[in-house]
Amino acid sequence: MTLEHEVDRAGDATRERRVLERIEQLRQRKPKVRDERITLAHGAGGKATHALVEGLFLEAFSNPILDELDDGAVVSVAGGRLAFTTDSFVVSPLFFPGGDIGDLAVNGTINDLVVSGARPLYLSAGFILEEGFSVADLRRITASMAAAATRAGVHVVTGDTKVVQRGRADGCYITTAGIGVLERPVTLGTGQVRPGDAVIVSGPIGDHGVTIMIARGELDIEADITSDTAALHGVVGALLDAVSAVHLLRDATRGGVATVLNEVARAARVGVVIDETAIPVRPAVHGACELLGIDPLYVACEGRFIAVVDGAYADAAVAALRAHPLGEQAAVIGHVTDDPPGLVLLRTAFGGTRVVDTLVGDPLPRIC
Amino acid sequence: MRFVNEYRDAATARALAARIAALCEPGRRYTFMEVCGGHTHTIYKHGLEDYLPETVSLVHGPGCPVCVIPMGRVDDAIAIAEQPGVIMTSFGDMMRVPGGRGSFLDAKAAGADIRMVYSPLDALRIARDNPDRQVVFMAIGFETTAPSTAMTVLRAAREGIDNFSVFCNHVMILPAIKAILDSPDLRLDGFIGPGHVSAVIGCRPYEFIARDYGKPVVCAGFEPLDILRSVHMLLSQLAEGRCEVENQYTRVVPWDGNPRALEAINRVMHLRPYFEWRGLGFISHSALRLREEYAAYDAEQRFEVPGVRVADPKACQCGEVLKGVLKPWECKVFGTACTPETPIGTCMVSSEGACAAYYNFGRFTRRRVMEATRV
Ligand code: SF4
Repeated sequence: MTLEHEVDRAGDATRERRVLERIEQLRQRKPKVRDERITLAHGAGGKATHALVEGLFLEAFSNPILDELDDGAVVSVAGGRLAFTTDSFVVSPLFFPGGDIGDLAVNGTINDLVVSGARPLYLSAGFILEEGFSVADLRRITASMAAAATRAGVHVVTGDTKVVQRGRADGCYITTAGIGVLERPVTLGTGQVRPGDAVIVSGPIGDHGVTIMIARGELDIEADITSDTAALHGVVGALLDAVSAVHLLRDATRGGVATVLNEVARAARVGVVIDETAIPVRPAVHGACELLGIDPLYVACEGRFIAVVDGAYADAAVAALRAHPLGEQAAVIGHVTDDPPGLVLLRTAFGGTRVVDTLVGDPLPRIC
Repeated sequence: MRFVNEYRDAATARALAARIAALCEPGRRYTFMEVCGGHTHTIYKHGLEDYLPETVSLVHGPGCPVCVIPMGRVDDAIAIAEQPGVIMTSFGDMMRVPGGRGSFLDAKAAGADIRMVYSPLDALRIARDNPDRQVVFMAIGFETTAPSTAMTVLRAAREGIDNFSVFCNHVMILPAIKAILDSPDLRLDGFIGPGHVSAVIGCRPYEFIARDYGKPVVCAGFEPLDILRSVHMLLSQLAEGRCEVENQYTRVVPWDGNPRALEAINRVMHLRPYFEWRGLGFISHSALRLREEYAAYDAEQRFEVPGVRVADPKACQCGEVLKGVLKPWECKVFGTACTPETPIGTCMVSSEGACAAYYNFGRFTRRRVMEATRV
């Protein structure tokens, strides 16, 4: 190789690095809402949702509590700390293997409180019903809400009902709010996350999302999978009792584990490195995802959470989780690093590496 | 994901990587193009480039079916979707591809009835269930998906379903490869041939690439070890001074293709005189349309189609990137005006496009990743 070539190549490398550094800077910029209309992508939990939340809602409502963008807000009231959260449920179909919109709503709201470190106390439930909706179905939904609330020791203490014309809603939508009390002296949040922390998932991922995709009947797939919808107060309690060095909890709902980890990496300005072989996925979920060309890391769970724990306590945390029925397959899936900040990296089972980015919208099946 | 199969074994991969490295002549650089978007997907999903020496680079070719659809065709499809009574159906990965006036998702948000389907037969079912609506299937893809479109048209004809039609955008891989080969500044040493397309057309049609252009071709499967093996086969050919078409994917690809699939395509479709490719411009005899006998199922005949032409943006250098002449970051708008959220060119559209893949996982990032993951 001639000297000229060497010089060329060195120049190339610097230019390339500059381009890529500029991209990293651009990436850190606050997202903007460029779209003229809301599309389904804005509801998928990915980049489009982030842009909407940060570029529109935060702009209007910004305050120190909201700006944390955690699953629930922690507020101080009369010397105590309360966790407060709200959620809406528009799942279709309303009934699916393993649950229905009712227990999904109750469990989901409880889980937002639980991962804030709180003991859930009270819920509200608002119903938007479509004209013509079956009362028998509504009765089924409320019965499963009541059962889920009883199981978790919470009460639905206030509610609301609206009926809209046929075609203006899809059967039944539920909006909830929840209040819980923080009794433990723990502080959880992205601010607590440090390089060296272990990243733990509480069980196999993707069950709920794949169940829903199959239940919609759009796919010619049959698989023995049920939603993992469950209230996490028990298993999270077991973890917090056993290990005090828990730094962050997040339930891996919309957007799946990949999206949650990206939010953590961005907010805490750390890297997250996970190991594909360590991530628990049921074979049926894996098979369905392979067929559809989607990645289980982006598929929603409704009864799993991510725990970021001081690395020294990782084994203790996993042991505590595994002792609980909802955490039997808990596993350390990776760890927090200081570089590269804001990125989630995956060591693939094949032995390579890749970046696990946030998707723009829903994971879309690939054709080829 | 404890899913280990014989095509994803890391130990085999390491052994293969060592044999690949041993075949590389010191000081020589090798550039291979993987033609198919499915390969690109595998390469990124499994982090396969980590197994290749620095001197071997893979260039992502034109085989991503959504990337090559020109913006004008998207606008045309949206214009059809906006006509009263129409239900437009399309594969999921088409939903976000931007035309000149936005994507299917945007059109859907603005009121058009656009539905995602998993196969053309799903679209036909929607037509059967909605006899008072016109159901159009946005057909995209290479020879891989063309047979199922053709069979669906035949089925519609057989069942007498007359509210179904196809907006045909099927393209063919060989003219695209030829366009790349004919470009004067080509820098490729060989091709990783598309596995699924070859399952339909076979390996024989690639022979001109080896014979007339002196570039070896290896038709490859979609598992990560398939691709590593193909790279090894290409390097062996170069080392031994051979130049031929080889078939790595023998478990799926017959040398002469699938006559039934080819027959279905032939019965229903014929060549267009020319077709526009995003990033590559007009290529003659590179795409298919429905034959006159099936005009009733041709959306281009049934509906007013504006025939929109949107020129690729001036700043766009996708053609050069597709040919492997420019690296993605060498494009002037890369990462500034052109990003995965706001793509200007085709290579940034799907996550498999060369620029999107590079944006998300450039070499610089990769080096840092390797350091970070070394536990
Ligand atoms: S950066 Fe954008 S415009 Fe440039 S080559 Fe890539 S896709 Fe095309």
